[in-house]
Amino acid sequence: MHSVSLPQVGTFGAWRDAARTLLSAETPPEDILWSFGDDSADLFGAKIPLPKGDKAVTASKQFISLANLVIWNRDPERFARLYAVLHALQRDKGLLADRGDPRIDRLHKMAKEVSRDKHKMTAFVRFREVSQPGANRRAFAAWFEPSHFIMEPSAPFFAKRFGDMDWTIFTPHLTAHYDGAVTFSDGVTKPPLPEDATEELWRTYFRSIFNPARVKVKAMQAEMPKKYWKNLPEADLIPEMIATAQARAAEMAAKAPTLAPARAAPILDRLHSQQAAKLETQDQFLIALQGCRRCPLWENATQPVPGEGPLDAALMIVGEQPGDQEDLTGRPFAGPAGAVFDAALEQVGIDRDGIYVTNAVKHFKFKPRGKRRLHQNPNRDEIQHCKWWLDLEVARVQPKLIVAMGGTALESLTGTREGLLRRRGRFEQTQDGIPFMVTVHPSYILRLPDAGLRAEEEARYRADLALAARSV
Amino acid sequence: MSTKSLDHKLAILSDAAKYDASCASSGGQKRDSRDGKGLGSVTGAGICHAYAPDGRCISLLKILMTNFCIYDCAYCINRVSSNVERARFSPEEVVHLTLEFYRRNYIEGLFLSSGIIRSPDDTMIDMVRIARSLRQEHHFRGYIHLKTIPDADPKLIEEAGLYADRLSINVELPTDRAVKDYAPEKSPDQIRRAMADVRVLKEAQKDKSHTGKRPPKFAPAGQSTQMIVGADGANDATILQSSTRLYSSYKLKRVYYSAFSPIPDASKVLPLVKPPLIREHRLYQADWLMRFYGFEVDEITANRNDGNLDLEIDPKLAWALANRTIFPVNVNTAVREVLLRVPGFGTKTVNRILTTRRHRTLRYDDLRRMGANLKNAKPFIHALDWSPRALTDTVDLRARFAPPPEQLSLF
Repeated sequence: MHSVSLPQVGTFGAWRDAARTLLSAETPPEDILWSFGDDSADLFGAKIPLPKGDKAVTASKQFISLANLVIWNRDPERFARLYAVLHALQRDKGLLADRGDPRIDRLHKMAKEVSRDKHKMTAFVRFREVSQPGANRRAFAAWFEPSHFIMEPSAPFFAKRFGDMDWTIFTPHLTAHYDGAVTFSDGVTKPPLPEDATEELWRTYFRSIFNPARVKVKAMQAEMPKKYWKNLPEADLIPEMIATAQARAAEMAAKAPTLAPARAAPILDRLHSQQAAKLETQDQFLIALQGCRRCPLWENATQPVPGEGPLDAALMIVGEQPGDQEDLTGRPFAGPAGAVFDAALEQVGIDRDGIYVTNAVKHFKFKPRGKRRLHQNPNRDEIQHCKWWLDLEVARVQPKLIVAMGGTALESLTGTREGLLRRRGRFEQTQDGIPFMVTVHPSYILRLPDAGLRAEEEARYRADLALAARSV
Repeated sequence: MSTKSLDHKLAILSDAAKYDASCASSGGQKRDSRDGKGLGSVTGAGICHAYAPDGRCISLLKILMTNFCIYDCAYCINRVSSNVERARFSPEEVVHLTLEFYRRNYIEGLFLSSGIIRSPDDTMIDMVRIARSLRQEHHFRGYIHLKTIPDADPKLIEEAGLYADRLSINVELPTDRAVKDYAPEKSPDQIRRAMADVRVLKEAQKDKSHTGKRPPKFAPAGQSTQMIVGADGANDATILQSSTRLYSSYKLKRVYYSAFSPIPDASKVLPLVKPPLIREHRLYQADWLMRFYGFEVDEITANRNDGNLDLEIDPKLAWALANRTIFPVNVNTAVREVLLRVPGFGTKTVNRILTTRRHRTLRYDDLRRMGANLKNAKPFIHALDWSPRALTDTVDLRARFAPPPEQLSLF
């Protein structure tokens, strides 16, 4: 029988060293007696050095992080259980992945208890100010009673969080101090800490943030178990808050609505007239478009995307419909297809600021799929309904030539999208007698899988745009 | 108003803020104050420092800068036509409370919202000033959540995102119609545009400039929103469709559902009934199914003609009962997508099943140890030593899960 006594501070490192040594001599788990802290009875003679062998010992990262939680559990069997599993792991590497194995399951349960306790400690420690007059750093202290031995592994959290102040956390088994570096000393019984006036403000906040119309005591206690209440300055308010909640809620419901204060009407009048005045100064075409309900596409979109460019432009470009980026920014051709479009314009020397760029359909049509939006083609009805707006834009701009990019634009202008590739680059007239030519939509180029084909198509697209620019 | 004590103002302005459900402090950019030159840290996982008896987590100092407001939203305690007592914090008071609460480990940070005073821009300027002061003058590294005012200048929203971990803009109600009826001064279009702006700004931060420098972090914990449930007539299908659209369009981290709760000095246009807390809970469950379990909104709401969720059983169980033809599934062979649809199996359980079954065939007891809720799961699964036999198709299977009919209270 070998006896190992582990210290209060640095427990994990000490256990790991002992376990490594014992395993190197293939010591079976039942031959080891583990003990912890000062009360470790030295019955079996701990001074005897541990057996050392030459067997290579391995432990996965996953096991180490599991062990580094389990080790702080209050369960006296924790060291033995960890050693037993580590011993078994030397032969059966896959054991840790078996979440159905009772030994592994037990370790996970113990780890979970520790994680939860650590988490609750980060939540429920309450500092009181203990600053000394004249000191250049403020100082705070707290008393906390964790369920497990978690002061040591929790200290880094507090050190990282409260870097510009000194603090002390007293617990029954260990005390942690911080003044730029963490040090530990023995645990204490509950020390007297001075009153702190900020606690009253915190209690006011706790009382006021509670909504008496929704009482869920079980939900509260599941997350804030009663065992923590005695050290929480706000907890003694809870019984009364619960007791009076129902009456407070009933009182709210019973009270007749009061008359609005006298200042309400003039404030609202002023606000409404400001809002109306703001609308009047804006372009009425845009205001009307914002309110468009001609087809249901508005329901899912962020906003309609109007055309952009000077109202006296000679050249008007009509695309299909806004995409994801256009819908978000409210500007036509702002996404990936817009980048292809912009590059082509630049290469043939067309200034985008001098032309009017718009779409046949003004709202983005899509299907939500998780965190993405899948583009959908507008149907005949939607194109027809939206032609109202395109016609208005054409009437406002009166371009010398329209370039229809893609089938939707072609359909909107002529009623049919047939023969797009056959008609491309030819000059025709819309039903209203306005000259137009048709080319492909830049997103068609984006979709081509073959780089060579894409370059070819891009050249043709540029040629179409250049031809259009030359003829106005 | 300056004669009110800080304690009194805190009471008014936290009472005014409590109807906002969001209190998360998770997902921020990881940082700490180990260098000794500042205060605070963000670990990525949120911490709830206390719970009120309403079951809600208290993680942040959730306050209004002021509850004076020029808007008249029927559901809101702070509307201009309400007679609630008014107060206003100075920016220094908000900064002081945040830092002193933080030093005593009461909170993770600040959640600042406000009534609209003078104009949306003026209000937003004051809120940004508070966040800037915390970050730049006091080197505060804790969590900041700013409730953005949608009508404010986009430049102010952009600056807010540089100091805040999270921005949120409330859509308020599930449909545009309801917003028009209950919040006549607000514009649903403007709310959507503001959320779109936040997404665009956040995504722009990912693009490196030509020098290879990254632009400063913009709202690293993303954006969220809140919808009030039960004030208007919208059914659950409408609400969930609305969320689906918000998640896909604006990449929201969370949509919060807040059961409409009676408020003091309520407007007469609203139902003063008990808040529909179970409905709120079911909506959250459905929301989770859509985000983490691969469910489509139509599947979840198809079971009932009125488009509402079953209040008695959870939406996953309701779906499984209505689609029994695909069950029972074999836990030893079924693919992840199918396992995720088993009632009583969470994402963690499913991951454990998938890892462990590579080594051996699973038994009923293994599933219990892996965290499965077998009371719900057992009619829907096969394991090595378990078969539900006729249980899956029992006519009264639903009755085994639904609570017994409630007795009318005598009082």
